[in-house]
Amino acid sequence: MAYILKGETGDWEVVIGLEVHAQVVSNAKLFSGAPTTFGAEPNSQVSFIDAGMPGMLPVINEHCVAQAVKTGLGLKAKINKCSVFARKNYFYADLPQGYQISQYDQPIVGEGAIVLDMPDGSTRAIGVERLHLEQDAGKSIHDMHPQKTFIDLNRAGVGLMEIVSKPDLRSPEEAGLYLKKLRSILRYLGTCDGNMEEGSMRCDANVSVRPVGSNELRTRCEIKNVNSVRFVMMAIEHEARRHIEVYDAGGTINQETRLYDANRDETRSMRSKEMAHDYRYFPDPDLLPLVLDDAFIAKLKSELPELPDDKKNRFVKDYGLTAYDADVLVSERENAQFFETVAKGRDAKIAANWVISNLFGVLNKQGKAIAESPVSADDLGALLDLLADNTLSSRMAKEVFEIMVDTGKAPGAIVEERGMKQVTDTGAIEAAVDKIMAENPDKVAEIRAGKDKLIGWFTGQAMKATQGKANPAMLAELLKKKLAP
Amino acid sequence: MSLDKATVRRIATLARIEVPEADLEPLAGELSGILGWIEQLQEVDTSAVAPMTGGTDVKLPWRADVANDGGMAEAVTANAPDAQGAFFTVPKVVE
Amino acid sequence: MTLTSLTIAEARDQLRAKKISAVELTEAHLAEMTKQKALNAFVTETPDIARARAKEADAALAKGDAPALTGIPLGIKDLFCTEGVLTTASSHILDGFKPRYESTVTAKLKAAGSVMLGKLNLDEFAMGSSTTTSYYGPTINPWKAKGSGADLVPGGSSGGSAAAVAGGLAMGATGTDTGGSIRQPAAFAGIVGVKPTYGRCSRWGVVAFASSLDQPGPMTRTVRDSAIMLQAMCGHDPKDSTSSKLAVPDFEKALSRGVKGLKIGIPKEYRPDGLNAEVAALWDQGIAWLKDAGATPVDVSLPHTKYALPTYYIVAPAEASSNLARYDGVRFGLRVAGQSLDEMYSKTRAAGFGPEVRRRILIGTYVLSAGYYDAYYLKAQKVRALIARDFEQAFTQCDALLTPTAPTPAFAIGAKFDDPVAMYLNDVFTVPASLAGIPGSSVPAGLTSTGLPLGLQVLTKRWDEETMFAVSQTLEDAAAFKRLV
Repeated sequence: MAYILKGETGDWEVVIGLEVHAQVVSNAKLFSGAPTTFGAEPNSQVSFIDAGMPGMLPVINEHCVAQAVKTGLGLKAKINKCSVFARKNYFYADLPQGYQISQYDQPIVGEGAIVLDMPDGSTRAIGVERLHLEQDAGKSIHDMHPQKTFIDLNRAGVGLMEIVSKPDLRSPEEAGLYLKKLRSILRYLGTCDGNMEEGSMRCDANVSVRPVGSNELRTRCEIKNVNSVRFVMMAIEHEARRHIEVYDAGGTINQETRLYDANRDETRSMRSKEMAHDYRYFPDPDLLPLVLDDAFIAKLKSELPELPDDKKNRFVKDYGLTAYDADVLVSERENAQFFETVAKGRDAKIAANWVISNLFGVLNKQGKAIAESPVSADDLGALLDLLADNTLSSRMAKEVFEIMVDTGKAPGAIVEERGMKQVTDTGAIEAAVDKIMAENPDKVAEIRAGKDKLIGWFTGQAMKATQGKANPAMLAELLKKKLAP
Repeated sequence: MSLDKATVRRIATLARIEVPEADLEPLAGELSGILGWIEQLQEVDTSAVAPMTGGTDVKLPWRADVANDGGMAEAVTANAPDAQGAFFTVPKVVE
Repeated sequence: MTLTSLTIAEARDQLRAKKISAVELTEAHLAEMTKQKALNAFVTETPDIARARAKEADAALAKGDAPALTGIPLGIKDLFCTEGVLTTASSHILDGFKPRYESTVTAKLKAAGSVMLGKLNLDEFAMGSSTTTSYYGPTINPWKAKGSGADLVPGGSSGGSAAAVAGGLAMGATGTDTGGSIRQPAAFAGIVGVKPTYGRCSRWGVVAFASSLDQPGPMTRTVRDSAIMLQAMCGHDPKDSTSSKLAVPDFEKALSRGVKGLKIGIPKEYRPDGLNAEVAALWDQGIAWLKDAGATPVDVSLPHTKYALPTYYIVAPAEASSNLARYDGVRFGLRVAGQSLDEMYSKTRAAGFGPEVRRRILIGTYVLSAGYYDAYYLKAQKVRALIARDFEQAFTQCDALLTPTAPTPAFAIGAKFDDPVAMYLNDVFTVPASLAGIPGSSVPAGLTSTGLPLGLQVLTKRWDEETMFAVSQTLEDAAAFKRLV
């Protein structure tokens, strides 16, 4: 369904491009040997290079290069065998060198695509314009002193991948799906942890609007550093409506950088960025062109994991899952792996159902990731085995599952301990049924006379007599036979 | 190529060098002189030439991904004109 | 013969033969520094360090375990960062800066056993050809014109180094050469200066001026001393991405090769109309000496020579404008208070940089700015490629080039130049080799009629310092130049 905003003068569509800054997973920074760990003591993860000391020189981290190439391959993008590091010159308190080492007209990765899985089961490909490597800046802290801003350079020089989409996105929802999918791919590849709260994945959104049916690209505004998927979606919607209001009133939009304020749900112009920027890019003379050989790229390609799209297709094809279920399962690599362990040698649909409905339900409620699941994949599989071999009824299985969640014990042990084994001995069930029939001849007569509803009463009594352990299917069959008119 | 005062003011701002208003005019003259002299490059035909990058023919070396630096906040901030604890400071920035 | 007039090679032998001690050699130089303080060769003297290192040197010599430069007193251009010792680049903006690290070159010289006497004066940030732009005042050339007491410049930017070595204050000194900053002052002060191939000596820890051009090298009284010193200074440094991994040849061994059978290129573009007659005559003399020694002079052409200076005055200021952005009053050096961040930056940089540095930063900022990059910087890098190609082609016809080092002898301090460009013309013969990255030396070869030294420049192809040394040695032998000390 197309996302159309109603304005006073007509219908509008929104045109969105996203620039994502993804922190490269690496031990050391992009051009120095200082560590990258989050949350360390101020300036404790800073080398003289990161601090922009006189005479210090950058040397590129091989792993960061590999991570960028890997990400490019994961986005099915063109890998540029020769790319160039350029200096982006500007003054800012958290930019110690007075320039950021980035890539400009020759990035390491060229065009690629990200496939969005739309809620209706269809897919939509969004173009990736480029991916380049660059240094992160440090951190300014404004609330530690009335007249001063404090500077911590721990983050300065950490490797970032800037991933720029084409202006292909048409709704806040698509922007959200794009971010989630990109995050998923990055996490599969292990090239970025995708943690938006800690800032290891940050997003700038370029937003413009145009009348429905038009192909023009109107003036866009860049909304900086929005730190959650939900806020990105809210910021886009707000910004689009702001544009429409301006156009409806006969005004024009100025190209500018804006900041989203989540508390007020509004964007405002960043005055500090208003001064005309002139970054004076030029190739960094301290670094030579980055040349990749075929063997380097081939090796990374051979090491690529199965990515979400391929995994999803396989789940649908091999396991017979619905596209929706497959989507849910593959969004995180660990979830998919958990599912596959549970499904191995078992009914995959039942496994998917248990993982999605029961396990994910519990994890969501507890705010836990799959790695912290109180129930292991093997134990959940064992539970499904007990269900399959009729040791447990499905009601009992759910009961056992809850105990597993609470205690972390294996299902076999729980069944043993609590004597929860379902009764499948026909003789035992028959004895119980016979006893009930003997004690309630009137009810037997009624049911035989046609009062079918009473079957439920008999089932209940029999379950009660067997402490709920009677195999429901066997019991039903027995009752049907014995109470037949 | 001759620079006017406004251009000198703009590049001085870009370079973050305060230039007193009275100095703009003479500076514009000096810089224009240098640029005028540089202008002779335009007569060289470079249509079939790739620009030189860097000063050398060596291959860009790569460093292993080993965290073996940092852990010296004291040394990093030792020369700072106004360090506060382990932080550098600047006049308050208002976003 | 006094201790301060020994060459490095002589002192090396006498120290090993225990004829002299490192301590007395150092004391003699410290005394000479005091005696000739008026030259203003040093920004910072480090007698305590010198004495301590001399003692260590004597201990090493006694053990018979002494590397090449053990006990040799050297001066260090104040562009090299020296751990715990004030490092200024002769700029006000580096007030009080004591690096917590040691440049690779000075660390190597230290490891080779040399004794650091102090930090030598230079043009501010190495921008100049006269050592008059230093915040610490001009350095005076120990040479005087016959019958005149006028103070002359020692050339620049390594003018402190040239004056100290020529005057017997140090046995040798480090210099750095961006467009002639080793060779031109060597010529002005009647000493030997060697700019090795770009990438031969590490730039790590050397305050950057123009990264694609800067190259450290030795300044000594003899060609042999330069070979000995360069051997200790150079070699691959993994901390500098532009440092070469090529094996370093034995430079001292190359000195005795002679020039028999070599073809010596004489570039016609270095003999413009109006070339100083004495300079031209000495050049002819040099050609004759080499011919006498068995070499064959050949006429060659370097057609883009006239574009070298304008190319240099785009490339070098552009890189400098970016390299000097880090001097912002935040992490080291001078800070002038301001109400806002930008005001602090602008006031600090206005007060901290001298007029020539400011001028070059502005030029560099302009040529990189939006709309001008292609016309200036990109154009210059293309012309630079043509200049490098000129040399490549010339070296298919000859083994080395012989040219004058500078168009004039040393001029008076305070000599008026109509405009900055007139001053830039000092580097007309040295800049082309810098742009091409090839090695070059200046050898003192004669005196003007007023008794001022003139130098001849020897250029060879990349990584062929051996031929450069062989030709230089032959010139030195033939010239029998009478040194000041």
